[in-house]
Amino acid sequence: MQPLTTEQIRAVIARGKLRDNIFKALGIFCLAFAFLVIVALIADMAMKGSERFNLDFFMNFASRRATQAGILSAWVGSLLVMLVTALAAVPLGVAAGLYLEEYAKRNWLTHIIEVNISNLAAVPSIVYGLLALGIFVYQFGFGQSILSAGLTLALLILPIIIVSTREAIRAIPAMIREGSMAVGATRWQTCRYHIIPYAMPGILTGVIIGLARAIGETAPIITIGALTFIAFLPPAPFTGDPPAGMFDWVFAPFTVMPIQIFNWTSRPDPAFEVNAAAAGFVLMVMVLSMNAVAIYLRYQMRKKIKW
Amino acid sequence: MSANNSSDLHVVSDRLARNAMRNVSERLIEGLLLCAAAVSVLTTLGIVYVLVSESVHFFQNVSIIDFLTDTQWTPLFDDAHFGIMVLVSGTLVSSLVALAVAVPMGTIIAIYLSEFANSKVREVAKPILELLGGIPTIVFGYFALLVVTPLLQIVLPELPGFSLLSAGLVMGIMIVPYIASLSEDAMRAVPMSLREGAYAMGSTRLYTAIHVVIPAAFSGLAASYILAISRAVGETMILAVAAGMQPNLTWNPMEPAATITSYIVQVALGDLPHGSIGYQTIFAAGLTLLLITLVFNILGQWLRAKFRENY
Repeated sequence: MQPLTTEQIRAVIARGKLRDNIFKALGIFCLAFAFLVIVALIADMAMKGSERFNLDFFMNFASRRATQAGILSAWVGSLLVMLVTALAAVPLGVAAGLYLEEYAKRNWLTHIIEVNISNLAAVPSIVYGLLALGIFVYQFGFGQSILSAGLTLALLILPIIIVSTREAIRAIPAMIREGSMAVGATRWQTCRYHIIPYAMPGILTGVIIGLARAIGETAPIITIGALTFIAFLPPAPFTGDPPAGMFDWVFAPFTVMPIQIFNWTSRPDPAFEVNAAAAGFVLMVMVLSMNAVAIYLRYQMRKKIKW
Repeated sequence: MSANNSSDLHVVSDRLARNAMRNVSERLIEGLLLCAAAVSVLTTLGIVYVLVSESVHFFQNVSIIDFLTDTQWTPLFDDAHFGIMVLVSGTLVSSLVALAVAVPMGTIIAIYLSEFANSKVREVAKPILELLGGIPTIVFGYFALLVVTPLLQIVLPELPGFSLLSAGLVMGIMIVPYIASLSEDAMRAVPMSLREGAYAMGSTRLYTAIHVVIPAAFSGLAASYILAISRAVGETMILAVAAGMQPNLTWNPMEPAATITSYIVQVALGDLPHGSIGYQTIFAAGLTLLLITLVFNILGQWLRAKFRENY
C-alpha cells in the first residue's frame, strides 16, 4: 500500500470537514424546522382567529351562529377541572415521591411501584379515559362531571409530578438530612422542614408542566363523555350552602377548551374554523405561558442553588 | 428527696410518652405516604380490571377469531362485524408515517445537539423542543387538517380532505422532541474518553458520532424509538380530527381511515347506553391498544437490557 501524499491527505481531511459541515447544516435545518412549525402554528391561528379576539368571545357561550359563539363555558370549565386536578395530583404526587425517596426500603414492593410508575407514563391517555369511564363515571357514580374529569387528568399527570419530585429530592445533599437528624428531628420533621421546602422549586416545575399537559388533554375527557354544548356555568367553587352545597360544582356537567376546539374543528361550516383558530390560540397562550414559567423556574433554580 | 425523684420520674415518663406518640405519628405518616405511592399501582390494576372485565362481556358475544380475522368493522350497524384489523391497519399506517418523520429528524437533532452544538445553542434549543412537545394535540390536529392538508394537496392533488398521511406527518413532528431529548441524554451519557480516543485517531465529529457514540448509546436510542412508537400508537386527537373516522382496511396513507383511538373517540361522542355491545367495543379496542403498547414496552426493555453498555 502506497503512503498517501500530502495532497491526498489534505483531500481526505477536506472531505471529512465537508461532511461534518453538511451534517451541521442538516442539524440546524431540522431544529429550525421544528421551531418554524411552532411559529407557523401560532401565526396561523393568530391570523385566522384575529377577528374573534374581543371580550365577547371570552364572555359568550357556545352558539349555533359562529360569530356569536364564545368560549366562556370552555375556559371556566378548564379552570375548574384544573383546580380539581391540582388538588388531587399535587398532594398525591408529592407524597408518593417523598415516600419513594425518603422512606422506601429497597424491597420488592418499592420495585413494583417504581416499574409501575414508569410504565404508566407510557400508557396512552385515551386508556385513562376508558379507566375513568368504567370506574369514576359508572362504578363510583360521579357521572360526566368536573370531578370525573379532574381525577382522570390527575391520574394522568401523577407520574410527571412523582418523577420531578423525586429528581428534586435527590438533588438535596445527604448532609441536610444528617444535620436535621443530628439535632433530634424525626424523619417526618426532616421532610417537613427541610426536604420539601428545598425541593419546592423542582416540585413546582413538575406540577406546572403536568398541569400544562392536562389542560391540553382532550381524548380522556371526550371518553368520559364531556358535553360539547354547554350554555351555562357550573356553580362557583365553595360558595354553595355548606357542607353539601359547597361541592355542587364538582358534579356539574362541563366542557373544556380542547373539546370546544375539537367541536368547532369538526364542523363543516368554515365560519367555525375562525372560532377554532381563536380558541386554539387562547389555549396555546395558556399552555406556552405555563411552560415558560416552568422553564424560567428551572433556570432560576439552577442559577441559585449551590450546595 | 423523694419528691424530687417522683418529679424526675414524671419528666422521664412524659418524654417516653411523647416519644411513643412521635413514633406512632411517624408510622402513621409513613403509612399515608405509602398509600399515596400505591395509587399508581391501583391505577394500573384499575386499568386492567376495567378493560378486561368489559372485554370479557364483549368476547362472550363475539368470538376472538372473528375479532382478529374479520375484514370489516361495523359494530353499530344491524349487520355487525367486529374485525379489529381494520382499526389496527389505520393505527399502524399512521404510526409508520409518523416514525418515518420523527426517527430521522429526532436522531439528527439529537446528534447535532450532543456532538456538534455548543452549550449556548443547546440552552436555547432544548426549551424550544420542550415547547413543541408541550403543544396540545388538539392544536396539532387543527394544524394537520386546516394547514398541512391544504399544503399537501398542492403537491398531491388527489389527496382527500382527511388522510392518514397528513395526520401521520404532523404526529411525527409532535414526536420529534421525545426522540431528540431522550436520544441526546443517552448520547451525552457516553463517556468523553471514547470520543477522545476516536478524535485522537483522526476521526471527524460525524464519523465519531456514527461509529463510536451511536453504538455506545444504542440502548438509549432504541428506548427512545420505542417510546415514540407508543406515543404514535396511542395518539388520538390528531387522528380523530385529520384522518377521518370511517373504518377502512387500508395500507395506503393517502386514504382516510379510523384508528383504534379515533374509533373510541367517535363512540364516546355519541350516546351509547352503558352495557350495550357498542359500549363494550371501545373497551375491547382499548385493550388491544394497551396490549400493542405493552408489547412495544417489553421489547424496549429487552433491547435496553441486551444492548446496555457499561462504562
